[in-house]
Amino acid sequence: MAQILEVKGLTKRFGGLIAVNDVSFGVNEREILSVIGPNGAGKSTLFKLISSFLKPTSGEVTFKGERISNQAPHIAARKGVVRTFQETTIFRNMSVRDNVIVAHQLRAKASLLGFFLGSAEARRDEARFAGSADEILSFLGLDAIGGELARNLPHGHLRALGIAIGLATNPTVLLLDEPFAGMNHDETMKAVAMVRKLRERGLTVLLVEHDMPAVMKISDRIVVLNFGEKIAEGTPSEIQNNQRVIEAYLGVEDEAIGL
Amino acid sequence: MTKKIIGLLLFLIAVFVVAPWLIAATGRTDLYYVFTSVALLSIASAGVWLTFYIGRINIGQGAYALMGGYVSAILVMYYGWSFWWTLPVAGIFCAVASILIGVPILRLRGVYFAMVTLILTEVMRLLALAVPITNGAKGITSIPLPGPISLFGLALAPDFATLENPRIAFYYLSVVLMTVCFALMYRLVHSRIGHICLSLQQNEELASSIGVNIAALRVMAYAISSFLGGLAGAVFIGATQSIYPSSFTVTDSVNFMLNCFLGGLGYVFGPMLGTLVLYLGWNLLFSMEKYQLLIYSTAMIVLMLVLPNGLLSLGAKRKG
Repeated sequence: MAQILEVKGLTKRFGGLIAVNDVSFGVNEREILSVIGPNGAGKSTLFKLISSFLKPTSGEVTFKGERISNQAPHIAARKGVVRTFQETTIFRNMSVRDNVIVAHQLRAKASLLGFFLGSAEARRDEARFAGSADEILSFLGLDAIGGELARNLPHGHLRALGIAIGLATNPTVLLLDEPFAGMNHDETMKAVAMVRKLRERGLTVLLVEHDMPAVMKISDRIVVLNFGEKIAEGTPSEIQNNQRVIEAYLGVEDEAIGL
Repeated sequence: MTKKIIGLLLFLIAVFVVAPWLIAATGRTDLYYVFTSVALLSIASAGVWLTFYIGRINIGQGAYALMGGYVSAILVMYYGWSFWWTLPVAGIFCAVASILIGVPILRLRGVYFAMVTLILTEVMRLLALAVPITNGAKGITSIPLPGPISLFGLALAPDFATLENPRIAFYYLSVVLMTVCFALMYRLVHSRIGHICLSLQQNEELASSIGVNIAALRVMAYAISSFLGGLAGAVFIGATQSIYPSSFTVTDSVNFMLNCFLGGLGYVFGPMLGTLVLYLGWNLLFSMEKYQLLIYSTAMIVLMLVLPNGLLSLGAKRKG
């Protein structure tokens, strides 16, 4: 498998605090890779650095050999690395379907002026976006609620809508921010199946997550952070038996890390 | 679709036939000036409305109206330009200025952006007092009326100075401009650009994650807004034939914003209705003398409490 995304010596300082310290790892094409770690380990910061929502103090992130860190978020998205947010980050006052349609911006062939004048190209774009939005909604099981205002959705659907918005950009790598947070067992199992389906669509998935059993079940490989540093990297079974990981989670019951 | 066409026809008839006829029938020719003002102020308010649409509270439109007015007045008086050519130049001048100002300040959100724009109006007034070319507090007066204009041999407007009542000509000029501006605005908002602006209003982070260049889009919307402010200011100064640093003040900036609130922030035609109601309402209350401001502000507060989404939300509610 070819390596598609590479994190090289990434460091982020906030004043005197080192949130992420010299972290390096690679992500292979069509892999599901999870970043885990105790609270405050720097997972969220790492996530923001990769999606260019934060600028690193040093180090870089490359995608297919091109640097995507230290830029604006929309540049990383244009290159194919797109993040999702936790559930409250949606376009609240638009319908579910409009949320997904507007998120197709990166696939637009017509210019803004073209859209203003209603050129043939722009009309083709609009038709394409509508078709693609419907496909994405049915892929995620949201087709029945396409007309609902996004702010009226229950939590589970909100999470799916967030992923639908991400998918609309046609990403190569999708970064999922705690996709299983706050879910019960059944919901988590459904979400796990959904992430697997994302991979079947040809996506590479990088996720940041707390839910250990789900992470163990879903990941091809896992990167473990503790106090901003990478302490382990490997397959789920390697991670479960890694002494440093067990120490980092000391005080946590064994079954919490899926043993 | 047919509903829209009927609405458009009714609007055109009201503006181009009914209003002039009513004025002629009642002999109240002074109303021409009132409606000219309403049309021009609603153009400036439409600009403010667009900045609201991308999620910024803009209380600085008076600055651009004043700037546009001075650009037009100076070009006509000191450089002998035709009034007509100063209109696009005033708009573009304001748009360029707003890009320079907007790049740093549009990063601010909420009340911080609002405060900076509020100060902008005052800065522009002080600037007009200080620089020599604006002639300080004495302002620029006796600006000549617009000359004739023709395009490809087709006469678009006569020499205003030869007209019996140039106010009627200014009325038609203003409502034509208003109609064109709102038509373009309607198109903008109902195209994909409008949807992207809306995505910006609702969540900038998410918008940038889906690949929208939010910084560029904000500046673009602000430039269009300021273009409209400058254009309206230039025509207004043409109609009043004079400009002073106090021609557009902070009060005007606040009024532009209130027009949008009153009409409805979710509706393209909100600023137009808001301007009409506010301007006429203020004038009707004139007979109340010292109670004018009290009644006016109480009515505004009540309206905002009862109709937080503006006057146009009344119609929308009935439909839904």
